Amino acid sequence: MSALAIETTGLTKRFGRQLAVDGVDLAVPQGAVFGFLGPNGSGKTTTIRMLLGLAQASAGEIRVLGEEMPRRLAGVLPAVGALIEGPGFYPFLSGTANLRRLDAADGFAPSASRAARVSHALERVGLTHAAGKKVRAYSLGMKQRLGIANALLAPRELIVLDEPTNGLDPQGTREVRNLIRSLASTGTTVFVSSHLLAEIEQMCTHAAVMSGGRLVAQGTLDELRRAGTTRAQVLVPASDAELAARILVSLGLPPEVLSGPETELTAPIPDGVAPEDVVAALVRDGVRVRGFAVQRASLEDLFVALTGEGFDVVQ
Amino acid sequence: MSSESSAAPSVLVARRPRRAVGWGFFVSELGVLFRRRRTWAMMAALAAIPILIAVAIRLTDGGDGRGPAFLDRITQNGLFVGMTALVVSIPLFLPLTVGVVTGDSIAGEANTGTLRYLLVSPVGRIRLLVVKYAAAAVFCLAATVTVALAGILIGIALFPVGPVTLLSGDSVSVGESLLRSLLIAGYVTLGLLGLSAIGLFISTLTDAPVGAMAATVVISIVSQVLGQLSQTEWLHPWLFSYYWLDFADLLRQPIEWSSFGANALLQLGYVAVFGALAYGRFASKDVLS
Ligand SMILES: Nc1ncnc2c1ncn2[C@@H]1O[C@H](COP(=O)(O)OP(=O)(O)OP(=O)(O)O)[C@@H](O)[C@H]1O
Ligand SMILES: [Mg+2]
Repeated sequence: MSALAIETTGLTKRFGRQLAVDGVDLAVPQGAVFGFLGPNGSGKTTTIRMLLGLAQASAGEIRVLGEEMPRRLAGVLPAVGALIEGPGFYPFLSGTANLRRLDAADGFAPSASRAARVSHALERVGLTHAAGKKVRAYSLGMKQRLGIANALLAPRELIVLDEPTNGLDPQGTREVRNLIRSLASTGTTVFVSSHLLAEIEQMCTHAAVMSGGRLVAQGTLDELRRAGTTRAQVLVPASDAELAARILVSLGLPPEVLSGPETELTAPIPDGVAPEDVVAALVRDGVRVRGFAVQRASLEDLFVALTGEGFDVVQ
Repeated sequence: MSSESSAAPSVLVARRPRRAVGWGFFVSELGVLFRRRRTWAMMAALAAIPILIAVAIRLTDGGDGRGPAFLDRITQNGLFVGMTALVVSIPLFLPLTVGVVTGDSIAGEANTGTLRYLLVSPVGRIRLLVVKYAAAAVFCLAATVTVALAGILIGIALFPVGPVTLLSGDSVSVGESLLRSLLIAGYVTLGLLGLSAIGLFISTLTDAPVGAMAATVVISIVSQVLGQLSQTEWLHPWLFSYYWLDFADLLRQPIEWSSFGANALLQLGYVAVFGALAYGRFASKDVLS
């Protein structure tokens, strides 16, 4: 296994009597695009704050880029870019001036190349034309883009993005996705929290799911999907429905039946049964199969299964 | 797809070599402070004090001799406008502006959400406190010099100017009296350093800048009120406002430096105590703003 960019053991944060983060063991491999999922209030931002040394852990250990945190904070942070719970900028300064300030705050960033870094970062998020505008006059999405530009100011080994696509238009969302892919292609580890599961599904290699402060799932996207059930969907003429159902039951796939002009039978595929064998069995016994599909569990199904259907915020 | 990218060789950015802390962030902090319209509004209000005094005296032709120290001398010598204005602004106006700047220092960053980004940049927490304090000290100097300079300029414009008779009876040239005015501005600045440290400490306690500003100003007023009460006489030499108006010694020939030294020592004590408190509070504080 390759080295880990982020590793926590038993990471815990207590606010008064409430456990906001409860014994989280994260393992983010180097070079991964790691989706950090969870409902509102599940402890994602609090975890990120502890990773970056903004908040102290109540218990547990943290290693970022192989270094112990928060002891080696000053050495690690220059290699980490972050967007934490939305952007934060001085409204009375322009986008450029804000980035210059944050760049100057990094005591290790050479001032000679500051202007070049700032304009390059602005260009990467498509803000070049609004660079001179006061941030007060920025729209929500423009501020969000500026926040991402800040994370990209210097070459980083790890980029932490807390809900990066919040408030972005479709072009902006797509650009962020491309940006993350291009970062990953240069070996940068990207740790991205989001509610947009489709988004995560499109760009992440790994994911973890938080629920009520606990880590309830973690792994590569394939591993996570495998944890969900795969379902077979069979489409047959109504007259063949009964026969098909009987065969499916005999194979260990008790189907749900949806009648219409054609009948649709869906059933979870048990381990050890190959989907093609199901089709072969149906056809052999004379079922006129009009359609067959294998539905892999979507991340959304898994997410709901892990974190519950309830809409109310936990705690 | 997943196996592909996790197997990709990690092209790690070489950790940048450590470099000595430069002046970049301090310069940037001054830039942010002096690019704010609020800062300029406060300086303009301070500059208006000597102008109002001078115009009022000019229009009423001297007045009846009551009022703050040096007021009666202005009609004879315009160079006293600056000193009079400093005396007028020491109890309230200067502490007010210092309270705004120092109360805002950390709490204001927390409020705009920039504090977390500064810390992640990374600015070390100690470095942030030191830079914030240094910038506040620069503001104190800029504020008092603004009052003194505006006073000198309006004095020259509206009144006769000539050699100044000192409290010791000696007379000094116009040039030297200008230097002494700046020296007094330096003395007043020194007196504000303790209050600045208190403001910085209060600013680490909250995410609401207005609260920190108000608390700092209230403390400066409480200190002066305590300084007026005879019941708290034992306390007086320990109050940071104790030496605020004692710059008359700088108007003697030769200059009497003892109150300057005592003031410096007292302010240093306040800076040490409240600097340590601010550090103790801020170094381990959870930044959740
Ligand atoms: N400053 C605070 N004081 C007390 N409790 C807090 C504080 N900040 C967060 N919490 C609590 O910690 C829990 C986790 O919050 P956190 O912000 O980490 O959630 P999140 O997963 O980022 O949610 P979201 O998706 O809405 O951003 C919540 O129950 C919240 O109420
Ligand atoms: Mg959050």
